Amino acid sequence: MKTKLPAIVAVFALLGLACTLWPEPRRRGFDLAAFGRLPVLADGRLKPMDSVARNTLLLLQGRQRVATPDGRSLTPHEWLLTVLFQPATADACRMIRIDNADVLSLFNLSPADGDGGVRFAFAQLRPGLAELDRQAQLAAPVEAAERTTFQRAVEELREHLLLYDHLKFSLQAPDSPDFPALLASAAQLPAARPVFETMDSFSVLRVVPPASGTPDWRTAGRSLLASAALGAGVDPAVRQYTAMGRAWVAGDPEAFNAVVRDYAASLTASFAPVMRKCALEALFNRAEPFYSSLVLYVVAFLCAVVSWLKWPDILGRTALGLMELAFALTTLGILARMWLEGRPPVTNLYSSALFIGWGAVGLCLILERLDRRAVAGAAGSLIGFSTLVIAHHLSLSGDTLEMMRAVLDSNFWLATHVVTVTIGYASTFLAGFLAIIYILRGVLTRSLDAATADSLARMVYGIVCFATFFSFVGTVLGGIWADQSWGRFWGWDPKENGALIIVIWNAVILHARWGGLVRQRGLMALAVFGNIVTAWSWFGTNMLGVGLHSYGFTSAAFYGLLSFVLVQVALIALALLPPGRWRSFRAAAT
Amino acid sequence: MTRTFFKSLLATLASIRLTVFLLVLSILMVFAATLDQVHLGVWGVQEKYFHSFFVLTRIAGTPYSVPVFPGGYLLGGVLLANLLAAHCTRFRLAWKNCGIWLTHIGLILLLIGEGVSGLWQRDSQMRLDVGQTKHYAESFRETELAVADTTDPRYDEVVAIPSVWVEERAEIQHPRLPFTLRATAYYPNAMLRMRNATTDAPAPVATLGDGTEITVQPAPVTYKPNESNWPTAFIEIRGTDGLIGTVLVSSLLVSPQAFAYQGRTWQVSLRAKRDYFPVAITLLKFTHDVYPGTSIPKDFASTIRLRSDDGREDRQVRIYMNSPLRFAGRAFYQAGYDNNDRTSVLQVVRNPAWTVPYAACGLIALGLAVQFLIHLLGFARRRATATAAAAQPKAS
Repeated sequence: MKTKLPAIVAVFALLGLACTLWPEPRRRGFDLAAFGRLPVLADGRLKPMDSVARNTLLLLQGRQRVATPDGRSLTPHEWLLTVLFQPATADACRMIRIDNADVLSLFNLSPADGDGGVRFAFAQLRPGLAELDRQAQLAAPVEAAERTTFQRAVEELREHLLLYDHLKFSLQAPDSPDFPALLASAAQLPAARPVFETMDSFSVLRVVPPASGTPDWRTAGRSLLASAALGAGVDPAVRQYTAMGRAWVAGDPEAFNAVVRDYAASLTASFAPVMRKCALEALFNRAEPFYSSLVLYVVAFLCAVVSWLKWPDILGRTALGLMELAFALTTLGILARMWLEGRPPVTNLYSSALFIGWGAVGLCLILERLDRRAVAGAAGSLIGFSTLVIAHHLSLSGDTLEMMRAVLDSNFWLATHVVTVTIGYASTFLAGFLAIIYILRGVLTRSLDAATADSLARMVYGIVCFATFFSFVGTVLGGIWADQSWGRFWGWDPKENGALIIVIWNAVILHARWGGLVRQRGLMALAVFGNIVTAWSWFGTNMLGVGLHSYGFTSAAFYGLLSFVLVQVALIALALLPPGRWRSFRAAAT
Repeated sequence: MTRTFFKSLLATLASIRLTVFLLVLSILMVFAATLDQVHLGVWGVQEKYFHSFFVLTRIAGTPYSVPVFPGGYLLGGVLLANLLAAHCTRFRLAWKNCGIWLTHIGLILLLIGEGVSGLWQRDSQMRLDVGQTKHYAESFRETELAVADTTDPRYDEVVAIPSVWVEERAEIQHPRLPFTLRATAYYPNAMLRMRNATTDAPAPVATLGDGTEITVQPAPVTYKPNESNWPTAFIEIRGTDGLIGTVLVSSLLVSPQAFAYQGRTWQVSLRAKRDYFPVAITLLKFTHDVYPGTSIPKDFASTIRLRSDDGREDRQVRIYMNSPLRFAGRAFYQAGYDNNDRTSVLQVVRNPAWTVPYAACGLIALGLAVQFLIHLLGFARRRATATAAAAQPKAS
């Protein structure tokens, strides 16, 4: 029984993964998943309604589920439909997150008025909007880097409220009493022009696909203005969405499903590639492969750690199996994102977190094959887990498949420079995490025998060599990119300096070891410091860009970075304890 | 005695301890410089940390500065010496060291190249309105004193004097000029105001040109990336028979200051330092695309016409993001735009050593790859031997 454990765990994990692909059950008979696959143009790219709903909710409130005032829970699709077609109902849902107590007091609200103390309804905030606007105007002339926490919170909340409010103008005018009736006859359209103009200027979503003669996706308002001007009938897309809205408000699932089906079929005829991408993106959103991987990494890490004390072979194999599964899953996730974006794997901070985790775990799988002690496995699953947690937090700031700014719009350099330098980051972290395992096992337990210690030292040394090579080549490729696009090979910009420091630090580790200045414990202490250097280069330099001196000290990311650094310093202090204080070495000596 | 001293000095210079020490110092310097960018901006930091022998800090309340840390040139120089010494004494030319040799030669090349770039690289900017033609780019930070003889309506004869002469208030003589110039006051940054708009204006210094109507208010030097310094000076002009007059020159003044002397008309101005090139560049079109429904820039592109003075080149070129034009020893990059997309800003870089980092980094990358592969093969061979040895007793 015991020897079959790895296989049993793998079967359960696979079953769990299969469940994430299971189609969403219909709610009250509405085929919401089909609605979620419909394409719109938002944030400069075509994406499914599903992504609009989920990303907006993550941005506004940090989670996807919405609670209604009568205690029901709405899925992201239901919420989006409510916002688009029943704005008054949506305004009563508490889904706008406000953490800042000073901002809350602008609205005369207390945490007790909110869902979970932090989520508030648009209806609750409406009386204070004028005051919020006034505060935002006061903050506007202050340079971004000099703004106080309060001013930044005001700015952010105002942006969120505008986004939410403008979403309501995407398919109809929220204040018009009977919008579908307005579109009933072409003769009425010219009189409603001001309504359509408001819709056009506010609308966040461009829902109307390009017809012959128009190059781009348009807002419903723009399309209705064109219809009014030409005296033509309403565009089929607007008509179908209006019919969807009527069926949704009337609670008529059959009619709703039929319209969605018809509209999707008409789009598939002329926009097949777009529909395929949107279907995949919706599936990707629902399956949440990175969340599943995160859970697998936790279990793998626990199995690996326990394996040092008990059942090394079985638990070690279980851990390795789970890690391979999680690695395969993140690989699929990253590939899916690459296909959706048509880009190399790393395009922003979010995807760099995914890729650093992926690279480190990949290296660990190789190390674990060379030396099966579940040491590399533990380090890999820990890095895999941590980077996915970081990625999750980064995803709360909006669409992670955002468009590339002109300066960065070069697939060749993204594929070469960014990928190599990210592998450099990943391997420097890996060396650091392997060193942490050495230190903790050596100081706190008796499990670090001489063979394991030597094997760890070899791994750290090998990974540092690897890291030196990749961070150097990656940094240089960055210099070449800069030379090609800005005319200077090296500009001493914070991000460049961060990368340079990683390269020099790896060189320091190698020279210190070659020169005999450090042995095993010293090597480990230096490798742990590499974690600080890499974390600073990855996140610290970005914080500088927004002004560390003025308000960086209050941002959560800064505290996160600071506590990470403090933990690493404590670990280095542990590593510097004399060998007599290391439980493993004392055990070996006696 | 001296011989042993020299030997021990060389041994210290060549030691790996020194290497580690220098590398750690460079990390500290780069880190401090990065933090300081928040206050000084990227150019200020380059001058203070990287393009200097010592990082100087002013003692609060005094005009004196003291060195607190070695600067980029010093660290780079000693690192170079350390590398060279190590190769003279410790490293032998052997196959197993070839990776180290390649890496270090590349590094030497890189350090020298960076030094050369630091000394000779010149950055300037070209602002072109649609339809405008220019023969030159202008420096963002350096200025020059331009004295033009504009008597002949067909052409101007210009003498450009580096602004360091103005800053040091030295007497300026030039064979083409029938008078001498000397700055009586120089302000690295200043604001100008109309005299009639101020109530407590001091007595006028300038006696010629617009300066008689304007007062100067010195301002602190700014390092912010989105702000400019406006150098300003009063220039005293003396002819053979005594003082001609004093003019106010400032990069804030749009038109040059004119005066007549010995029957010729002259113009004086303090303007951004110009880099003339043997080619005329005309902006034909500028486009600025965004992603639909957003303000995220998708592409900036300038279509220019390029005509070389020797008449051998006359063609259209499209300069856009990640695709510069290299011509006449300079590279032209799309840097920005202004004026509601009617003005394109090109960055013009002249760096004689721009190819060095490519070669240097190629060598280093190759060296590292070779060295680490040698390590890896050695490790694999030892591992194979160890496994074979472990398997032996069981087999017997």
